[in-house]
Amino acid sequence: MRVAPPRRRGHGGAPAEATARRQRRRALMSGSLVELFDVGRRFGSDPPVIALDGVTFSVQRGSSVAIVGPSGSGKSTLMNVLGCLDRPSSGTYLFEGIDVGSLTDDERAALRAHRIGFVFQSFNLLGHRTVLENVMLAEVYRGVPPEGRAARALEALRQVGMEGRARFLPPKLSGGEQQRVAIARALMGDHSLLLCDEPTGNLDSVNTEALLALFDELGEAGLTLVMVTHEEQVAAHADRRVRMIDGRLTEEQP
Amino acid sequence: MKRRTRRPARPARPDGADRLSRRMRPGDLMAEAGAGLLARPARVALTVLGTVIGVAALVATLGLSKTAGNQIVGRFDAVSATDVVVSPSVRGGGAGGVVLSWDAEARLRRLNGVSAAGTLADVDVRGALVRSVPINDPLGTGAVQLPMKAASPGLFRAVRAQLAGGRYFDAGHSQRADRVLVLGPNAALRLGIDRVDQQPAVFVGDRLYSVIGLLKDVRRQVSLRGAAIMTEGTARREFGLRAPGLAQIETRPGAVNLISRQAPRALSPRDPALLKVAAPPDPRLLKRAVENDLNALFLLLGGVSLLVGALGIANVTLVSVLERVGEIGLRRSLGAARRHIAAQFLLESTGMGLAGGLIGASVGTLVIVGVSASNTWTPVLDPWVPLGAPLLGAVIGLVSGTYPALRAASLEPVEALRAGT
Repeated sequence: MRVAPPRRRGHGGAPAEATARRQRRRALMSGSLVELFDVGRRFGSDPPVIALDGVTFSVQRGSSVAIVGPSGSGKSTLMNVLGCLDRPSSGTYLFEGIDVGSLTDDERAALRAHRIGFVFQSFNLLGHRTVLENVMLAEVYRGVPPEGRAARALEALRQVGMEGRARFLPPKLSGGEQQRVAIARALMGDHSLLLCDEPTGNLDSVNTEALLALFDELGEAGLTLVMVTHEEQVAAHADRRVRMIDGRLTEEQP
Repeated sequence: MKRRTRRPARPARPDGADRLSRRMRPGDLMAEAGAGLLARPARVALTVLGTVIGVAALVATLGLSKTAGNQIVGRFDAVSATDVVVSPSVRGGGAGGVVLSWDAEARLRRLNGVSAAGTLADVDVRGALVRSVPINDPLGTGAVQLPMKAASPGLFRAVRAQLAGGRYFDAGHSQRADRVLVLGPNAALRLGIDRVDQQPAVFVGDRLYSVIGLLKDVRRQVSLRGAAIMTEGTARREFGLRAPGLAQIETRPGAVNLISRQAPRALSPRDPALLKVAAPPDPRLLKRAVENDLNALFLLLGGVSLLVGALGIANVTLVSVLERVGEIGLRRSLGAARRHIAAQFLLESTGMGLAGGLIGASVGTLVIVGVSASNTWTPVLDPWVPLGAPLLGAVIGLVSGTYPALRAASLEPVEALRAGT
């Protein structure tokens, strides 16, 4: 199995290089991709469960943000709101300047199809479809012609070192391999935002390094990355780190 | 007149969010639905089986009833469509009424369209037994009780009688009231008479009759098979017969309706209502009645099968939705709108119905051909039946899949993703 060569970067081992990279990325950043103003999300009514409580937060284009925090603190809810999978109960969410709260269900679906990629913790691959078909699925709801779709999917698989498994069915793959296929699917298309829930949770250290290197390349190409992680190494790799506690968001210094 | 107002178009969004493509290519939709079906081939095959049975039953029913209807009409035309029987009506005294005259045969034969006619009556022999040998048997074991009939000479042709031996009696026998008999095949068997060349004789009570003819079969008035038939003249003189009981007519093909109207007037010009006519129904009505009878029964069975098939599709599609909640969540996260999800599940259920319809129509047609071939019938099937049956299957699939598809489309992406993991 060929894995895309990782960019050598030790955890805290080359601060000068990391600083330079951040500076390069900041130079590429041009305004906010997502902006949340006093966003709240409640579930139920007797008594309501407050998953998000007055979150105000913005992410610059091309930057990477790591969300950390204990289980049940609201990380997944925040990811769902950012991914337009869920509507906030209060507050305003702007995506590329678009007020997501004013969009219809169809328009939010179109926004997801064209602008947002997801990597789920449980991979969410279709077991009866091949790896290649799973990756190609990302373009099905974008209305693009099927010509070249397979080639683009193979290129995405190549980026995560999985092109050799294109004809395999997901149940035949290891957890790490499935996770890389899920990442390849999220890389299909011209997304602005990539939302990852524990993207390295099933990867070994070598593949984690490779994936982080890939994220760096994508960031330099303008992709904005928001990820939930429990791994210190991955969180430290992001440009920013925020912490969720009891539905409230606090900024942490890198 | 009420003017229809057009709903104003939604203004374009200044942020351009509405310019993102929200359509899914039909080819992609078909491919996704096909893959969804192929993912569970055994279950889909079993589900389709219900529709196959229902559609096959419907097609076979419609085809077989049509084929059988044609077959019955064909046979009906050959014998029954030329058969008219005239007898006294209730007003005319019923079975024992004295309405028909002794010259009824001659009157009927004058009608254009009558190819043969004769009269027939039951003869009351007052309990006299019939025996074939002149032995005085005190126990009477050699004697039998036979129905005795009196016929005009033309009756034998009118009932399409066939002779096994001997001859029929004629007008001369009747005028002279000769004691001659023609025996039906069963009557001859009971009396032990199988040939007439030795001039057999039978006693009716204490009167001796010569047997001059033996019948092989009759196609009409089948009671003649077991009867001894004497001339009307003999019956009048010996047993006091007052009038013929009925007139049997064979018409030329296509003349049944005409003769049915004319015969009562010819036989009872003063009051035709004293007579009643038994004629075959219109063959087209009979054919329709046969088809309707068969259709009513088997269409019900086919309909029940189809209902079971439809419930099967609905059930399996609903189970499929529940099993694929995670997949629905994934598709929604990848940008599928609710209508895309609904369309996929509808297409899957419609595909199952269509497949069931196609296979069912083929099986039904094969059944019709097989049954027809084994009976040397000509298979008859309206062309719209095998062509419309797959469409019917597809509609059943579409209707059955509507509720599950709506349920799938109503799932919120977050809930679906959470439930599917």
